[in-house]
Amino acid sequence: MTLLEFARGPGLQWSLVILTVGMLWRLVGILALKHKSDFAEPRARGTAVVSGAVKTLFTRMVYAKPFRTQTTLPNVLSYVFHIGLAIVVFGFGPHILFIRDLTGLSWPNLPSGMIYLTGVITLGALVAVLVRRMTHPVLRLLSNFDDYFSWLVTVLPIATGLLAVAHLGARYETLLALHILSVELLFVWLPFGKLGHAFLVFVSRATTGALFARRGAAT
Amino acid sequence: MSQPETLGLQLARRGVSRRSFLKFCTAMASAMALPPAMAAQMADALAKARRQSVIWLSFQECTGCTESLTRSHNPSLEGLIFDFISLDYHHTLQAASGEAAEHAREAAMAANAGKYIVVVDGSVPLKDDGVYSTIAGITNLQMLKDTVKDAAAVVSVGTCAAFGGIPKAKPNPTGAVGISEIVTDKPVINVSGCPPIPVVITGVLSHVLTFGAIPELDHLGRPLAFFGETIHDRCYRRPFYDKGLFAKAFDDEGARKGWCLFELGCKGPTTYNACATVKWNDGTSFPIESGHGCLGCSEPDFWDSGGFYKALSQGNWGTAEGIAAAAVAGAAIGTGAAVMSRKRQQSMVQEHGESEGGTLK
Repeated sequence: MTLLEFARGPGLQWSLVILTVGMLWRLVGILALKHKSDFAEPRARGTAVVSGAVKTLFTRMVYAKPFRTQTTLPNVLSYVFHIGLAIVVFGFGPHILFIRDLTGLSWPNLPSGMIYLTGVITLGALVAVLVRRMTHPVLRLLSNFDDYFSWLVTVLPIATGLLAVAHLGARYETLLALHILSVELLFVWLPFGKLGHAFLVFVSRATTGALFARRGAAT
Repeated sequence: MSQPETLGLQLARRGVSRRSFLKFCTAMASAMALPPAMAAQMADALAKARRQSVIWLSFQECTGCTESLTRSHNPSLEGLIFDFISLDYHHTLQAASGEAAEHAREAAMAANAGKYIVVVDGSVPLKDDGVYSTIAGITNLQMLKDTVKDAAAVVSVGTCAAFGGIPKAKPNPTGAVGISEIVTDKPVINVSGCPPIPVVITGVLSHVLTFGAIPELDHLGRPLAFFGETIHDRCYRRPFYDKGLFAKAFDDEGARKGWCLFELGCKGPTTYNACATVKWNDGTSFPIESGHGCLGCSEPDFWDSGGFYKALSQGNWGTAEGIAAAAVAGAAIGTGAAVMSRKRQQSMVQEHGESEGGTLK
């Protein structure tokens, strides 16, 4: 079995199994926790609470005014690499094929050249946030293994994907195998580290929004 | 059998003009990516060479490799190779049969010991002492070992001989293997492909005759001059890949416009061969030009590499049942974790009393 066959076969199967187990473990484990009873008279019920939850998913994407000036650079960098990742993952033809194979969902792809450019910009933004994390005196103290490893497993698919496209460093089939394996590493790590925010962010924001709506607070 | 006279004299005697001989040498030098000046050197070397004794062994194969060479649409080119070599043994092409044929092989081996080249097409079965393929009562394994013992080099023609090919496809009932897994003490040149491109076979033999050495090989033992680049990199449809224009079906508008066949399972990106440059049928076209994706036939285990019509970026991710089982397992573990947390929370409440914000329920 070649490295590419392993990556496309057993490697992919097991990484998806671990991703699924991990995601459900985290989600059910959190949702099934006890929470405090709220005896206050609710200001909103039913659909108003749901709309508050949905609204918060989006309103929290805009940074609060008091912090904007202090955090402009990291905010911009974060937006750049998050949007860049979305474009690369969901806009590249071969990636859409992968998703279609897995879910049956499909949509038109973007030009490959645009994906390559986005990949380079995304990689640059990710390197910049790492440099900031390593040089900022407070951020450096707050950072632990999870932060650096999560950064690494996010960067590896982008870096190996660009190397594969450019045929740099090794034969294409090796680079393609490394690219797929790096995505599998991301799948395995995603539920258990800080990258879990990829799906937990929706749970936490919606919960906050629903609670605020119930209490009649702006969100 | 080998002839004492040189190839130059022999070709002249057979009416092959100097002009067509030079054309052949130029084509060969070009195909092997040699400098233009090497064509003249090749012509000189070949003209002075004696006819090379070649013993061609056919094992577990379909004769497609021989067909590829002999039915080439360019007999003036590939056909010339038969003037350069003394094909002393070949099941399909030789007139002799039975014991006479085997005697011809043994006589050629004795007369050219240490100098002859063994060309093999087909894989060798190893299971059950190799009984699944025999010639004149001799197993392929035994015949290969006997013949290769005094050979100068071995050329494995076709993917079956190079890597085991289709006979080796799962579940490989005969225990088929490629030649290089058996012959480890001689130079083995793999000319893979199903079938291999005729000019590649000719080019390799010409290189050996001209330089008296094997050409530069890749990590799979294939001549780099022909297997140095992927089909994808030299494909005329590559610009469509870069633009993100993919045919979605073999008869859709994209396919008619010549868009990239990646989504239809083309294995061009991971296949190393010269099809896109040398082409087939006298340079007419190659499979992708005919509207079908590359099968990756010059790569090891191409038959078992996840399906001809499955794109490279699509994995073999298992079944929906497997993922569903993983989801159930994950939910069960999550529920267990939550139950344990609830118990811990409850014991904390009992120990410290209810918190100010309310009670846990």
